[in-house]
Amino acid sequence: MSLPNYYFMKYDLIVVGGGPAGYVGAIRAAQLGKKVACVEKERAGGTCLNWGCIPTKSLLRNAELFQLMQKRSAEFGFRFEKLSYDWPKIISRSRSVADKLAGGVEFLFKKNKIDYLRGEATIPAAGKIICKDRNGKEETVEGDHILLATGAVSREMPGLTVNGKTVVNSHDAMIIDPQPKKLIVIGAGAIGVEFAYFFNAFGTEVTLVEMLPNVLPVEDAEISVALEKSLSKQGIKIFTNSKVGSAKVEKGQVRVSLEGKQAQELEADCVLIAIGVSPVVPAGVPIALDKKGFISVDERYQTNVPGIFAAGDVIGPPWLAHVASWEAIQTVEGIFTKGFRPQRVKEFPGCTYCQPQVASIGLTERAAKEQGLKFKLGKFPFSANGKALAAGEPEGFIKLLIAEPHGEILGAHIVGPEATELIAELGLAMKLEATYEEIEATIHAHPTLSETVHEAVGAAFGEAIHI
Amino acid sequence: MPITIEMPKLSDTMTEGTLLRWIKKVGDSVEVGDVIAEVETDKATMEMEAFDEGTLAEVYVEEGQKVEVGQKLAILTGEGEETPKPQNGSKKVSADKKEKETAAEPPEKKASVKEPVHSAAEVTPESPKQSAPSAETSQSRPKASPLARKVAAELGVELRQVSGSGPGGRIVRSDVLSVAKTEPKTPERPKTAPKPEALQTDQRIPLSGMRRTIANRLLEAKTTIPHFYLQAEIDAQPLISLRQQINSAAEATGLPKVTVNDFILKATAVAAARVPQANAAFADDAIIQYADVQLACAVAIDEGLVTPVIREAQRKSLSQISAEIKNLAARARSKKLKPEEYQGGTITVSNLGGYGVEQFFAIINPPQSVIISVGAIVPKPVVNTEGQIVAGQRIVLGLSCDHRVVDGAIGAQLLAELKRLLETPALMLI
Repeated sequence: MSLPNYYFMKYDLIVVGGGPAGYVGAIRAAQLGKKVACVEKERAGGTCLNWGCIPTKSLLRNAELFQLMQKRSAEFGFRFEKLSYDWPKIISRSRSVADKLAGGVEFLFKKNKIDYLRGEATIPAAGKIICKDRNGKEETVEGDHILLATGAVSREMPGLTVNGKTVVNSHDAMIIDPQPKKLIVIGAGAIGVEFAYFFNAFGTEVTLVEMLPNVLPVEDAEISVALEKSLSKQGIKIFTNSKVGSAKVEKGQVRVSLEGKQAQELEADCVLIAIGVSPVVPAGVPIALDKKGFISVDERYQTNVPGIFAAGDVIGPPWLAHVASWEAIQTVEGIFTKGFRPQRVKEFPGCTYCQPQVASIGLTERAAKEQGLKFKLGKFPFSANGKALAAGEPEGFIKLLIAEPHGEILGAHIVGPEATELIAELGLAMKLEATYEEIEATIHAHPTLSETVHEAVGAAFGEAIHI
Repeated sequence: MPITIEMPKLSDTMTEGTLLRWIKKVGDSVEVGDVIAEVETDKATMEMEAFDEGTLAEVYVEEGQKVEVGQKLAILTGEGEETPKPQNGSKKVSADKKEKETAAEPPEKKASVKEPVHSAAEVTPESPKQSAPSAETSQSRPKASPLARKVAAELGVELRQVSGSGPGGRIVRSDVLSVAKTEPKTPERPKTAPKPEALQTDQRIPLSGMRRTIANRLLEAKTTIPHFYLQAEIDAQPLISLRQQINSAAEATGLPKVTVNDFILKATAVAAARVPQANAAFADDAIIQYADVQLACAVAIDEGLVTPVIREAQRKSLSQISAEIKNLAARARSKKLKPEEYQGGTITVSNLGGYGVEQFFAIINPPQSVIISVGAIVPKPVVNTEGQIVAGQRIVLGLSCDHRVVDGAIGAQLLAELKRLLETPALMLI
């Protein structure tokens, strides 16, 4: 039996964490010809791939299809003798998708000759980590640089301790069996909204509670209001401007009292806590943290300890996989590529995968006004788009903020079908500093949902054709 | 298939443009993005870029000719193509129309539209892209975002002097802004007009947009504003001495020098703030007295004149005013001013001293109510305080006033304030 590499060598880079920041950073360093190790305590792919973005998209696809067949079969001309579903199978499909992708990441490690270590890392000093595996066996690994990509976990709610049965976090919620009959979701960010949509589609009685005035509080208010209407129509009870006062778990039932304009006593067999995330900071050498406990980094993503860098959820919001990967690439290029100046994230798309979907990039109308920017609004409804009508998805609209006088895009906000795919064009437009003229001059295929982007630009100048 | 190049719409209000200069000549090869010609619009001189590649086969417009937006300027042909012979009748019109329709589409699409009989695979190997003759020109074209291009054109920043920080070294807006901030561009004067030759025949020169505006506005000003004129002679000796002092110090330290006109601008800003009744406008049923002195300064350019504005001039130091007018005047001469840089003045200075003019009265620039006319510094015999005749240095200031707003006494106050400041110029520096 041959001994592992780390007995004999010092790595150029040790990545702690195998999620979207960690595995992407590791692969980029390997592509740059560096010798890389990646330490992961659970499974490659991290939260995103195993317990976040990917498995929930599988669940939501089930929800979307079931909702269509159950609620709109007459409209579409489908007839079912008896439409039903297999809950354990819905969950196991989601797990197998996650499993397949995690396997894919492990394959990429092999392909890029990255040493993959399973275990929990502690960092006794810069240049060194100790990896403790499931059996408690410890190995010391040395490297010139360390990248902390340890991510985050669901934030706990004081007074409502997660027990995995009646009080759950997003991790538990995606494998919960049996299906809860009544569910309270606390927090109407992307995670809360997606789970509310999912369970409601399968007949769970869902109540969604948000402290701030709107669901998806980071989105443009007009979009949030449109989504809130749609979700209410679908049967979700929504309480905004509402704070959880007290909560109790008794005999398998959860009682939550809400404070705020509409004081309210809620009861359910399950409550999902979706109030944000907390960082996972590895033990060992003390690393400077910000007020909220996230790791502080400088403009090169270096922590206060020279040689130790950090990227992804662990350095703070936005907690998004695509931002984490991008940050890791900035970090790694900054370490190894001469003359490369890492940048911090500026514009990034944010997506929520309920139906109708929500996606956005750049400034909300309110933020643009607060900054005193001059802009024109271009709006276009999906109800005037041929493809949306043909697909039976006329709900929602697109809203663009077009700066004056030069016409660059300040922000794009979409609520509606495939919003999360449509946002890519606007991300590119913003990155390349395209102005409305370039979008206007681009032929958008007909019939597609993307025509709404073109029409929204036209609408800003009174030139939309179909409205 | 030959491609027609038309007069582009380079600004929102542009309806026609003057083709100033062909940069590419017939027979030259053209890459996408190459500058083909310079076009003068109603607002600025702009470079016209090629959106297609090929060889400039024929041009239909001569330099200096005025052309409507959308009118045909030239023909580009691909390799081995011939220039279409001008045909008569409807056939030509329809061919033109078709080219026009396809001109806005991306090149891939065009190939399939224009060559319907060939399959795409047959067309590609011969497409001009593969045999582009001058890779050099396309490499030297800076990569820049559309927004950066717009902003650079507006600020008169040469993209070749900007290093890009965007993806792949692309120039983005912030790069242009940082260059514009660090070195205010003073582009060299556009090529001077050819030496005037003895004119053989009388010429009929069509009005440029600027000339028409000057004609309309000044006719209106001179016929509707009740002008009256005041004049004062000023001892320029203290001014000359102070300027010499400042400039010899500036020379030693490498700082920019100041001109006599800079002093006059500064004095006007201070005087107008002290006599706010003259920093005002007639508004039919009211008089508007401005809080700030938006100081306009007439700048002669080849096509006429413009009056760029120094904003809130009463708050600015002599050196700030000096740097600002230098920058504004340079950009005025290359027609790179933005509208907000020459609109909204509240008082104007016109200086013809540089041409040796001793005294004059300018026409008021509405809606302002005064304009100051500055003559040359002239050595003259003067009677000093001891009653002796000595050599002096004198400037004559003329003041034209709108009597609806400014009465004689107010005009006199303004002029007296100017005289006091200019004869004791140290007052302006405190």
